[in-house]
Amino acid sequence: MELSGAEILVRCLKDEGVEFLFGYPGGSVLHIYDALYQQDDIKHILVRHEQAATHAADGYARATGKPGVVLVTSGPGATNAVTGIATAYMDSIPMVVITGQVPSAVIGSDAFQEVDAVGITRPCVKHNFLVKDVTKLAETIKKAFYVASTGRPGPVVIDVPKDITDPAIKIPYHYPDKIIMRSYQPTVKGHSGQIKRAVDLLLTAKKPMIYTGGGVVLGNASEELRTLVRHLGYPITTTLMGLGSYPASDEQFIGMLGMHGTYEANMAMHDCDVLIAIGARFDDRVTGKIAEFCPDSQIIHIDIDPSSISKTITVDVPIVGDVATVLQEMNHLLITGKKQPQKKALEAWWAVINGWRAQQCMSFDRNSDKIKPQAVVELVHEITNGDAYVTSDVGQHQMWAAQYYGFDKPNRWINSGGLGTMGFGLPAAMGVQLAFPDDVVICITGEGSIQMCIQELSTCLQYGLPVKIVALNNRYLGMVRQWQEFFYKERYSHSYMESLPDFVKLAESYGHVGIRIDDPKTLRAELERGFAMKDRLVFFDIVTDQTENVYPMIAQGKAHNEMHMSPHSNCELPQSPERELS
Amino acid sequence: MRRHIISILIENEAGALSRVAGLFSARAYNIESLTVAPTEDPTLSRMTIVTVGTERIIEQIIKQLNKLIDVVKLLDLSEGPHIEREMMLIKVKVATMSQRDDVKRLSDIFRGNIIDVTPSTYTIELTGSATKIDSFIEALAEHKILETVRSGVSGIARGDKILHV
Ligand SMILES: Cc1cc2nc3c(=O)[nH]c(=O)nc-3n(C[C@H](O)[C@H](O)[C@H](O)COP(=O)(O)OP(=O)(O)OC[C@H]3O[C@@H](n4cnc5c(N)ncnc54)[C@H](O)[C@@H]3O)c2cc1C
Ligand SMILES: Cc1ncc(C[n+]2csc(CCOP(=O)(O)OP(=O)(O)O)c2C)c(N)n1
Ligand SMILES: [Mg+2]
Repeated sequence: MELSGAEILVRCLKDEGVEFLFGYPGGSVLHIYDALYQQDDIKHILVRHEQAATHAADGYARATGKPGVVLVTSGPGATNAVTGIATAYMDSIPMVVITGQVPSAVIGSDAFQEVDAVGITRPCVKHNFLVKDVTKLAETIKKAFYVASTGRPGPVVIDVPKDITDPAIKIPYHYPDKIIMRSYQPTVKGHSGQIKRAVDLLLTAKKPMIYTGGGVVLGNASEELRTLVRHLGYPITTTLMGLGSYPASDEQFIGMLGMHGTYEANMAMHDCDVLIAIGARFDDRVTGKIAEFCPDSQIIHIDIDPSSISKTITVDVPIVGDVATVLQEMNHLLITGKKQPQKKALEAWWAVINGWRAQQCMSFDRNSDKIKPQAVVELVHEITNGDAYVTSDVGQHQMWAAQYYGFDKPNRWINSGGLGTMGFGLPAAMGVQLAFPDDVVICITGEGSIQMCIQELSTCLQYGLPVKIVALNNRYLGMVRQWQEFFYKERYSHSYMESLPDFVKLAESYGHVGIRIDDPKTLRAELERGFAMKDRLVFFDIVTDQTENVYPMIAQGKAHNEMHMSPHSNCELPQSPERELS
Repeated sequence: MRRHIISILIENEAGALSRVAGLFSARAYNIESLTVAPTEDPTLSRMTIVTVGTERIIEQIIKQLNKLIDVVKLLDLSEGPHIEREMMLIKVKVATMSQRDDVKRLSDIFRGNIIDVTPSTYTIELTGSATKIDSFIEALAEHKILETVRSGVSGIARGDKILHV
């Protein structure tokens, strides 16, 4: 079979099992678009901005575990995609992004719509390729999918000059089944000696803590994690990226940790004597002050990426390997071994933790005459039986979604943690909804963030995506306002949003349903009414209390036991932050 | 803070050098010198990087370099006995007889070769460790150095240890 480069590209995607291609056409990719036109194996989703193509592919990847695929043109198409590529990179999301490039012969001549896509994306991809020879195209695509989806996943860019896809040049097609790269062989199996050391150390713990992250979701290891946690009976916390990898409704789960983590999780981190970190990377929003991180603890760390280990916090027992594989080996040793966890000590530890729990750090004012954002998220959880896919943007609403939705399953909580990209939520929800057309997909957003990719309402109409947009409209760039309240003496510099659109009319003009809710008394009924419209996109514009803050909060650079608590909790720690920074 | 010489075998692909250089600048690692050239195997290049950092930083540098998809193998030469060589071409002003004599004498002491001569300049080729080269430049302090070109460090492990695919 002889195919042109454009046909090869499309055919490779099919052979790779790609269902959706998120893209936007332009001069350098027209040969590819022509090849797409002549087939119907791969469904192309025409977004309204290339940033959205990358976020949609990313959302698809986070929900399904399969790499998301993007096609954009050269120049502005590629630069528009960069934010989405960096977003995926920071959260280790598998993605293959194909960028068109000007013809090989004019590369370097400042040709029309030329940018050095390989150079621009180099610092925010796992790897990138420039295809120089059509005979190498299929192999390059295979390599891209292999690199993107194995080891620590990440985005891979393939830059394809226009002449490579020339319909007039046909060559034999062959897509390799397997690829071996001498320079890339990720470690999957952990070192057995280290695993044994880890098990021994775990069993000596009197005040143990299990800290897990996005690696458990990425490595599909929730099952193995549950076995470990149940067998040991130890408390478990997860990062923002790990939510859902262990059921939030389980007794042993003590909430998220870090800057906006629970009182009990952060206090337990501070006081523990053995910590096991599983697929988590000791991010600065998690560790707080490095010098006071888990001061009395020995640390075990399982991660597939050696560079995540001892990067900021030096650990005692490093294990390089895939979480699921390592946990299986660990569980086997634990279950067949004779030694048991320290029962007495553990009971005492749980008593301490339950004391912290009793302080109810997540309390908020339930009698307010304003709509409380936390109440909205709780209600949304109730109405959807806690079983929806929830994407979010970035800000206070993101933290409330994380804190109050209570995820019991992995791959359901989809947000930009590492880069913190406003504008992520709606396009990500499109990717999820395409993958799971019959499931409820919610985008919890703010009136600031939603405007960063609002144009995608049009894409949602075109493909009939009934996403439920829950906008917690506080008329503020709330997270910025909160920092200004706490650390800049209430100087609210450019964090107030004026001249907001009428979101109901806006949704309607895009052909969707808009519902404005401003009374706590009608909140439930209106949410229920909107969620009942199964096949429509509904935009809930919810007017929330403008002054609500996210609690608990550890100020940047402070230790885990220096939290600021909500005035509605029973906590002993300072209730309002000291005003820093003059 | 310690000086490390890191040797890398890297796929001989376009852009491989920029990946390494970009890594050092993006992560604000020190780089004292970097050399790269093809090996006897045309698909591989060998790179030698001289860097300075605390043990923690060097550990991260090595991990981050290994993480680059094009890096096939890496060896921290400073971990064991090794040989380090750098080549310098240096052009010195020699306007008088006594200057000529003195520069020639110094060059001989350091086992340099005078490889180009004009009525007013000597160009000397000198090979050795980076410290030897530094010392030679210091020794020439009383003379006017017109130009120096240093190759950057190349290194190899002593004995049976090899960096090979
Ligand atoms: C406004 C805002 C507030 C935030 N507040 C918080 C907060 O309070 N608490 C919080 O936790 N985060 C918070 N974050 C998120 C934070 O910035 C980081 O994104 C997050 O903490 C990183 O999570 P993680 O450690 O699970 O790592 P991830 O980024 O999910 O990385 C996963 C790790 O697992 C490894 N891994 C991947 N696959 C495997 C595998 N198969 N086997 C083994 N290992 C694997 C990777 O190498 C990597 O080291 C906030 C973000 C924003 C935008
Ligand atoms: C693209 C981008 N620009 C700026 C920021 C900084 N930032 C973080 S949160 C935030 C405010 C978000 O406002 P909104 O979407 O209304 O959410 P809220 O905090 O009010 O819930 C800003 C500006 C960011 N994260 N992303
Ligand atoms: Mg807002």
